[in-house]
Amino acid sequence: MSVARHTRTRKDPAHPKPVMKTAADKKNARTEHRRELLEAMLRIRRFEERCVELYSATKIRGFVHLYIGEEAVAVGVNGALTPEDAVVSTYREHGHALARGIAAEAVMAEMHGRTTGCSGGRGGSMHLFDASRRFYGGSAIVAGGLPLAAGLALADRMRGLPHVTCCFFGDGAFAEGEFHETANLAALWGLPLLLVCENNLYAMGTALAREHAQTDLAMRAASYGMPAWAVDGMDVEAVEQAARRAVEGIRAGTGPHFLEARTYRFRAHSMYDPDRYRAKVEIEQWKERDPISLLTDRMHENGELGDKELARIEQRITAEIDHAVEAAEQAPEEPVENLLHHVTSASAEAVS
Amino acid sequence: MGADGTAEAKTTYREAMREALREALRADDRVFLMGEDVGRYGGCFGVSLGLLEEFGPERVRDTPLSESAFVGAGIGAALAGMRPIVEIMTVNFSLLALDQILNNAATLLHMSGGQLPVPLVIRMTTGAGRQLAAQHSHSLEGWYAHIPGIRVLAPATLEDARHMLAPALADPDPVLIFEHGSLYNVSGELLPPTDPVGLDHAAIRRPGTDISLITYGGSLPKALAAVEELAAEGISAEVIDLRTLRPLDDAAIAASVARTHRAVVIDEAWRTGSLAAEVSARIAEESFYDLDAPVERVCSAEVPMPYARRLEEAALPQTADIVAAAHRAVG
Repeated sequence: MSVARHTRTRKDPAHPKPVMKTAADKKNARTEHRRELLEAMLRIRRFEERCVELYSATKIRGFVHLYIGEEAVAVGVNGALTPEDAVVSTYREHGHALARGIAAEAVMAEMHGRTTGCSGGRGGSMHLFDASRRFYGGSAIVAGGLPLAAGLALADRMRGLPHVTCCFFGDGAFAEGEFHETANLAALWGLPLLLVCENNLYAMGTALAREHAQTDLAMRAASYGMPAWAVDGMDVEAVEQAARRAVEGIRAGTGPHFLEARTYRFRAHSMYDPDRYRAKVEIEQWKERDPISLLTDRMHENGELGDKELARIEQRITAEIDHAVEAAEQAPEEPVENLLHHVTSASAEAVS
Repeated sequence: MGADGTAEAKTTYREAMREALREALRADDRVFLMGEDVGRYGGCFGVSLGLLEEFGPERVRDTPLSESAFVGAGIGAALAGMRPIVEIMTVNFSLLALDQILNNAATLLHMSGGQLPVPLVIRMTTGAGRQLAAQHSHSLEGWYAHIPGIRVLAPATLEDARHMLAPALADPDPVLIFEHGSLYNVSGELLPPTDPVGLDHAAIRRPGTDISLITYGGSLPKALAAVEELAAEGISAEVIDLRTLRPLDDAAIAASVARTHRAVVIDEAWRTGSLAAEVSARIAEESFYDLDAPVERVCSAEVPMPYARRLEEAALPQTADIVAAAHRAVG
């Protein structure tokens, strides 16, 4: 199975227009693309900063896992995918969902538990879904999404479709049997699967070296017989380039690829986490490589981003999030009579 | 008898199940079978023998020994438009895939607000009686029947082995089929179904007036044998085959108890927290004033299944135990 280039069948804000090829437009195109990457990362950052405020104000509850610091991974990988590709995510998924083009309004409403949420209010922060975008969500069982992703890839191949399935997971998942079972199965069957390991150095509070005998995850993944490499997960362009290379290989029929994105979360594991297991100085050092600053600095140096342009982007995002919060707060709550809906497809289950 | 007067060929439960698989694979390109040794080996219990040759390795797909991965792959494939049938060798092994069955298959529809139905069928062997000891012999279908979002079937007859798979595949939600290992060699004349075989109703396998023997799966033949012994004593026992363990056919259970006023629930699982406990509780809730005697239960002894034949037989519900329970109920 192979497909020469991505096909686009619908307009999608998460998937900007193809880069123009003429030499004269190349620089402009690159600038434009960088602005899009920046805006996508900023949307995630500002969205989650608002989540913190709303959580403190008890407007949203449950477990909320912030992606702040890791935005370059979701945005960079998304740049290599088409709208028809499938994505399976984790409980730290706001970034993946927003990068895939799920509206901030739908994600915010979900976190408010409203009917207009992208899971109808039944999932919350950890279980965002959008079947129309092939976003198969939010698994809160570490590594639990991996087998499912292999199945999506298997079905697409059996149906003769050229799609790739991308599965995000963390360094913690790499210690789970489900990762190793899936890596073996996918490599054995040559499935069109992109395995993106977001190595943020901590499985909740357990540091990488305290959970893995061998901490070179890409090397271990390669032992399953699939191309695997590590990339600077703080550099969105490096991530995008690596993901493109992997996706091209997958579409060319060379089976699953493994990408280890070396990244870091700036915030605690969840809103409950007092963050006692790592040194403040370590966090500050990583913040010096903030993926958003890295890109804005690069763009400033190249004269690709002025303060006015940055302010315009920020304003646009603020308005978008303001609107999302307002809409979520006004959205209806599901009537309790509907409690048993969606247990089975037929209706509320008569016999519980 | 056939049209030409010759005896109809006997069919085994195994062959009936195989024919159901063959029919499903022929009828729908989206259907495929996967599991450990389902292809070249022909299935751990020989159910899929010959299907690899007929349908090829894409659709009769051998998997590594990775229950979680291939069950999860079945879920993903179902989400992406296929109609997978996943075989797990035994219910004990299914525990390695319990995460996928409970946290994904049973949960995705609800968790996604109705966006993601999972049209998946999972078949597995259950039950004891073959001296396979404590890691191949348990009856954990009652655990699965605890879970909202999945349907649990226990075909106990040739007809159900042959005809429950098609409606299971037509169900938009996950269906688990439990095949009792002692049934595979049961043979008889497989009759065409007079009505479409549904998945919502229990079946009266033997009508009676004095007591209801409520059971399913591998215990059905034992209950039917008990009927003969009780009949010789002048006790008319009715046998209810639950067939579908989730959702339970409450109406059929209540109607039978309303006729007989006495009930024995036979379940090969351990007594504590068993499906028999659930059925007994429902009888107490729904049919209390119809009862003329306390509900009796016949379950397995609360012990990991031992290897030695004498001990295994002692651990399992036997026909004599059912007869004794009926005597207690009839008084």
